[in-house]
Amino acid sequence: MTVVSVPDAGTSPAGLTRRTRVLRRLRRNPLAVVSFTVLAIAVLIAVLAPWIAPYSVEQTDFTNIFSPPGTPGHLLGTDDLGRDVLSRIMLGARASLEVGFLAVLTSLVVGVPLGLAAGYFGKLDAVIGRFTDLLLAFPFLILAVGLAAIRGASLGNAAVAIGIAQIPGVIRVIRSDTLRLKSLDFVAAAVVDGASDLWVLVRHILPNATSVILVQATVALPAAILAEAVLSFLGLGIQPPDPSLGTMLATAQQFATQAPWAATFPGLAIMVLALTFNVFGDALRDALDPKGDR
Amino acid sequence: MPRYLLTRAWHSALTLVLATIVVFLGIRALPGDPALSLAGEDRSPEALAAIRAEYGLDQPMIVQFGRYVERALHGDFGTSIRTGLPVSDMIRTALPVTIELSALAILIATVLGVGAGVVAAVRRGRPAEWVANGLALIGLSVPHFWLGLLAILYLSVATGLFPASGFVPFTEDPIGNLHHIILPAVILGTGLAAIIMRQTRSAMLDSLSADYVRTAKAKGLSPRAVIGRHALRNSLIVVVTIVGLQLGGLISGAVVTESIFGLPGFGKMTIDAVFQRDYPVIQAVILLTATAYIVINFLVDLLYSVIDPRIRVAGEAA
Amino acid sequence: MILEVADLTVSFVTESGDVSAVDGVNLDLDAGEIVGVVGESGCGKSVTAMSLAGLLPRSARVSGSVRLRGTELIGAREPELRRVRGKEIAYIFQEPMTSLNPVLTVGRQIGEVLQEHERLSRKQVRQRAVELLSLVGIPSPANRVDNYPHQLSGGMRQRVMIAMAVACNPTVLVADEPTTALDVTAQAGILDVLRNLRDRLGTSVLIITHDLGVIADIADRVVVMYAGRVVEQAPVVELFAHPHHHYTDGLLKASPTPGRHAGTDRLQEIPGLVPVLTRQPDACTFADRCPAADQKCRGSAPPLTASSGSQAHLAACWHPTRQEAKR
Repeated sequence: MTVVSVPDAGTSPAGLTRRTRVLRRLRRNPLAVVSFTVLAIAVLIAVLAPWIAPYSVEQTDFTNIFSPPGTPGHLLGTDDLGRDVLSRIMLGARASLEVGFLAVLTSLVVGVPLGLAAGYFGKLDAVIGRFTDLLLAFPFLILAVGLAAIRGASLGNAAVAIGIAQIPGVIRVIRSDTLRLKSLDFVAAAVVDGASDLWVLVRHILPNATSVILVQATVALPAAILAEAVLSFLGLGIQPPDPSLGTMLATAQQFATQAPWAATFPGLAIMVLALTFNVFGDALRDALDPKGDR
Repeated sequence: MPRYLLTRAWHSALTLVLATIVVFLGIRALPGDPALSLAGEDRSPEALAAIRAEYGLDQPMIVQFGRYVERALHGDFGTSIRTGLPVSDMIRTALPVTIELSALAILIATVLGVGAGVVAAVRRGRPAEWVANGLALIGLSVPHFWLGLLAILYLSVATGLFPASGFVPFTEDPIGNLHHIILPAVILGTGLAAIIMRQTRSAMLDSLSADYVRTAKAKGLSPRAVIGRHALRNSLIVVVTIVGLQLGGLISGAVVTESIFGLPGFGKMTIDAVFQRDYPVIQAVILLTATAYIVINFLVDLLYSVIDPRIRVAGEAA
Repeated sequence: MILEVADLTVSFVTESGDVSAVDGVNLDLDAGEIVGVVGESGCGKSVTAMSLAGLLPRSARVSGSVRLRGTELIGAREPELRRVRGKEIAYIFQEPMTSLNPVLTVGRQIGEVLQEHERLSRKQVRQRAVELLSLVGIPSPANRVDNYPHQLSGGMRQRVMIAMAVACNPTVLVADEPTTALDVTAQAGILDVLRNLRDRLGTSVLIITHDLGVIADIADRVVVMYAGRVVEQAPVVELFAHPHHHYTDGLLKASPTPGRHAGTDRLQEIPGLVPVLTRQPDACTFADRCPAADQKCRGSAPPLTASSGSQAHLAACWHPTRQEAKR
């Protein structure tokens, strides 16, 4: 007997699969719809930024520095070198998302297998637990400081530092979900059937843990975006003249009294990005919550 | 001491040892000759030889590690390349600022976060919950260093209510000290407050639907007693753990906040050190942060067992 | 009458519409009387119990009347209800494991009720808590008073629940499945404690259970509930000897009651399932599972009426059983 029917794939009395139910619940939640729309637009703008930004990010115009927002041709004004703030925000958002995705990917690639192993193999749990404790002792900024000291500051190092710092969180949620799934009948059935551990983990536990992974990713992404902004602001991340929302704020800080808009809009952009991810993440978690299935 | 605490103590000690090894290996991973990195400006052969001898760089790794630990235990982290001062002295002056900032931020975050979380759970499905949830989401999504920038721009510079930067030690001028530190502490506290609020809310929702809360209501207790004594007390166990786990985020946040408000703390010292390639300071900072995190989380475990009698008092029956 | 429940109706507002839980229940409780409410899970017996002192969640819509010594409790304001809870109507719940707060000592949890409803000093509260623990049969109460719930066994915890409930000498004690989570010995002990309390303090007890054994052991009178309605009500001996409603009959046949030998008589199960509780004002809710059901049962709901001479024996059935002859 091969156990194919897993609880999550079961159909409700109405004959709907879990996936359709979750999607329907998301569609009915106005917050989910709005945040998803904003997110889609933001991601589209960020991806297409190099082609649709009104100006080149490095194009300086010294006759036109500190133009206030609304200046013809510069919707959000210009900065200390006469560069277009809107264009730089578009490309900065692109960099933020890039670091965010890289960091989350790093944490998942390392954290998911470790979490599965910790939850599934009792003997490994203690070892992985100590590893988690160790990672937790190094906050992302301290990791970034260390990495910058060893390898120099860059976008990649920022992403790695943030990603490493997010590994413990991934391990924790995957571990507890694995423990939960392991105790369910269909897994026990597969084990009794003589399925190998790897088979059980990959075919039975991992597919059922996807919703937890998804939720974890939506929680981690905005956190990573914020962390990137912090690192770049401090000069530990993306290096000027490459545009980044964090470095824009660092520069703007020096001229904050002359050009407050340059210190306002990039921060607003970070907040909108993080906020929409968080709102959508909340909606997704509610939609995936089996308590809502009734 | 209960078994649980013994296990935690052993785990903390183990983590501390591992963290020390990681930091030590990190120094070895520095590009180039560690003696060159440690030497700073004076790179004469004699100076390099002196450093090699001082740090035992000519010895085997295990001996080097032993000496490293021994020196760290004596609070000897070498001399700062940038300032020429002993690193331990620099830390001694910087640390109180950071501790004060962080402690105040935790206090503010706990009061705001627990308060809002309780309100959101008790007023479930009413406007008060939406407001609290919305504020928490914003608190979670706003980059606090930007919030700090805006606060300086619109509160300090524009109104002059708060100083934009600088610091006065508490011992010299308590009022002035608070005046300087309250705004950064509030800013630093917002993110933590948002996290605490969300955790408190979900823990409160759990405990409000618990059987013992139904019992408390059935006893005719006032809502205040039901919520405060029964529901919140159980939820606080969760909150305490969260504060411990969020300490890493708080340390990171403190670094940024200090650098924005120009507070002469640990964070500012660290950032300056990175750009000056001041390796003795950097490794001391990393080692101390890790140690602080591990020690404080062990204290949290102790506190946890004080709050929760199931850990403190072993069961006799059942 | 100490407690009079008339036409109590409860429904819950859910996303998929209103769900009816209790449908026009009538119930009386006399001073010093022990009344058992019996039925399958989901029949509305617990909801009935919880609604007496207004303990249902906000999603509940309650109508009808609950009078405690003539005072109407349905629609009463919250502060008024709080004075009733614990002081007039006290509760014991099913799960002694989770119904006690894990982070407070049992003495504190008993003391709370006293502090809320009576003017006592701290010292008096503690002394009274010790007395109460000894009243419910907990050995070395002076030590136990400082214990946390996890340090006590299930039976002990349930005794603590009872001590807490009777702390202020309530008029009515509502015990919702007080013995379900316990083993047989602990169960007998708890029932003894309840009986003892009734005898010594004159407390009226409403005991909710699905266990006919418990009913037979302790109750003076039985109320049988099915799908949110009372289907039969009678003195305990009378009900066990001559059930009128087919549901009661089925319930008795499905449980090993005294007088019948387990093993010789096979227990019979009632065919079918408890219906989903949507309102069926014009039918007997048991019709679909009843052996005697006909068009009349499906067309109109039978009222709860006295039958076969005894005013105390009521049943809601168009075709009551004629068991007397068979037994």
